[in-house]
Formats: sequence, structure tokens, C-alpha cells
Amino acid sequence: MNRHDLSLTILSAEDDPEDCRLMKEAFHETGLDKQLFFVKDGNTLLQYLHQQGGFSAPANAPRPDLILLDLNLPGKDGREALAEIKSDSNLRSIPVVVLTNSNAEEDILNTYDLGGAGFIVKPGSFEGMVDVVKCLSEYWFNIVELVDKNRL
Amino acid sequence: MRKNVKPVVFLMADDDPDDRLLIKEAFQESLISNSIYFVEDGVQLMDYLYKRDRYTHPADAPTPDLILLDLNMPRKDGREALAEIKNDPKLRYIPVVVLTTSKAEEDIMRSYDIGAASYITKPVTFDGLVESIRGLGQYWVQIVRLPVVEKPME
Repeated sequence: MNRHDLSLTILSAEDDPEDCRLMKEAFHETGLDKQLFFVKDGNTLLQYLHQQGGFSAPANAPRPDLILLDLNLPGKDGREALAEIKSDSNLRSIPVVVLTNSNAEEDILNTYDLGGAGFIVKPGSFEGMVDVVKCLSEYWFNIVELVDKNRL
Repeated sequence: MRKNVKPVVFLMADDDPDDRLLIKEAFQESLISNSIYFVEDGVQLMDYLYKRDRYTHPADAPTPDLILLDLNMPRKDGREALAEIKNDPKLRYIPVVVLTTSKAEEDIMRSYDIGAASYITKPVTFDGLVESIRGLGQYWVQIVRLPVVEKPME
């Protein structure tokens, strides 16, 4: 990987502590774990993105380059959060990849309809998660061009 | 990675015949055993998607699972075509990946803003292109689930 820079930020909205731990360890394998931030639900995700509440200091809540979004979250769920992000002109350019236990066709179609940039069913094993994170990192951070947030 | 994944139909819109050939070869090289169809500008792309004109036979123009879109094309450019696709409730679920020579920050920003699923700058070398197509294939074919939409006509 050659385009990893330290300003890269991945934000995961995930309420399951075990899934958070798995993701953290899988991102550690690609050397990106220090750039991975977590929020626990949809309301907190939107607060983070709007730099409200505990997220008013940019150092605590750097603007993400990529959002990983669970669908079934307490409070505001991932579907609502995705719709809000994609209808906000300041946020909509951030790619949102859904990472969920659901494999319902309706959730898949709805995710793309709302503007999601991928729908991934959570792998059942650590090895599977490492494969997903490696492929995801390679695609989004080496192949794809993301918006240069320093120039926003 | 998932095994036995359903073949994915790619549709590429690019006006440069050399680029179309290179992409076709890169697909073969990167062992993505999926089909790729080509259109040459934004007008043809919309005709294809709406099954108009020369694209009325579903066998010749299957609904794509993913669109690869050049930005700079004659007649109707990629920016206009992208906006039309993302404004149509019947088409907007199809992910559109911009694949272009442009590295302009404005094009990157605007493409995501209109609803592109990703933005890729065409690598200058063939090896680079093969790598990009391989990564694209691993992500969109192996890792990601795409919608299965009823296609009664096909």
C-alpha cells in the first residue's frame, strides 16, 4: 500500500463491541487501526459528522474519508443515517459502505438506492474479516481517488 | 471472500477505442470471469439503460450490475449521464464507478456529490490498469453484494 497517509480517517458506526474489536484487529493487520474511529449509533454518527456535542474539537473527530455503517443500530438506525448523510450537501461526498449482518435483498437494494457505495455482509470469522478489510483498504485507499478533505 | 458468486455484468461508457480495448484486455488479464459491454458516449449509455434504439433486445443489452463511466465524452458527457442515472428511481440503484483520465479535484468532488460510488483515475500503464481492474473486481465482485433486481425480460 503506498497511498496511506496519516490523515486518512475511517469512521465505523457499530454498536456490537465484539464486532468493533474484530474490525480493530483486522485493520491492525493492514496498519490502519490507528486511523479507525468508532461511534455506537446513528445519532452519535451524525453528531460526529456535524462536530456537535463531544465532537466539537476536530482532533477528536477528524472528518472521515470513508464511513463503515452497520444497519441495525439503536436509536437512529443505519438506513436513516445513510439517508441523512446522502441528503446533506456537506456530507454526501463521503463514501458510505454498509457492513452488516443482514443479507436481506431489500436492505441491499435500499442501500444502493440511498447512495451507499457498497454492501458487505459481515464475515463470520476473523480470517474473513481480515480478507474484507484488506480488500476494502486496497480498493478505497490505493485504487480509488477520494475527495481531498484538506481542500474543502 | 465469497465463493461461487453470481457473474456480474459490467457496462463501460468510454469514447476512446484504445481505452475500450485496454479495459477489455485488463478484464481478461485480471481473471474476472464476468461480462463487459461497451457504449461510446452518454447518449448511447442512456439508450442502453432505457433499452431504446439499438438496445431493444435484452440479450444484446443486459441490465448492468455496475457501470464504469468516463467523464469526457462527446454528445452527452459522463457528468450529465451520471446525474440522469442518479435522478431516475429505476436506475439509481446501479453503482456507477467513474473511470477517467481526469485528476481534477473538482471532478472528484463533483462526481461523489452527484452520486458516483467511487472515482478511479485511469493508470497510465497497462500493468497499472490491470491492477486497478483486479482491485475493482475483488471489491465489487468478491466482497460486496450487489442488488438482485428482477429482470423479467431477460
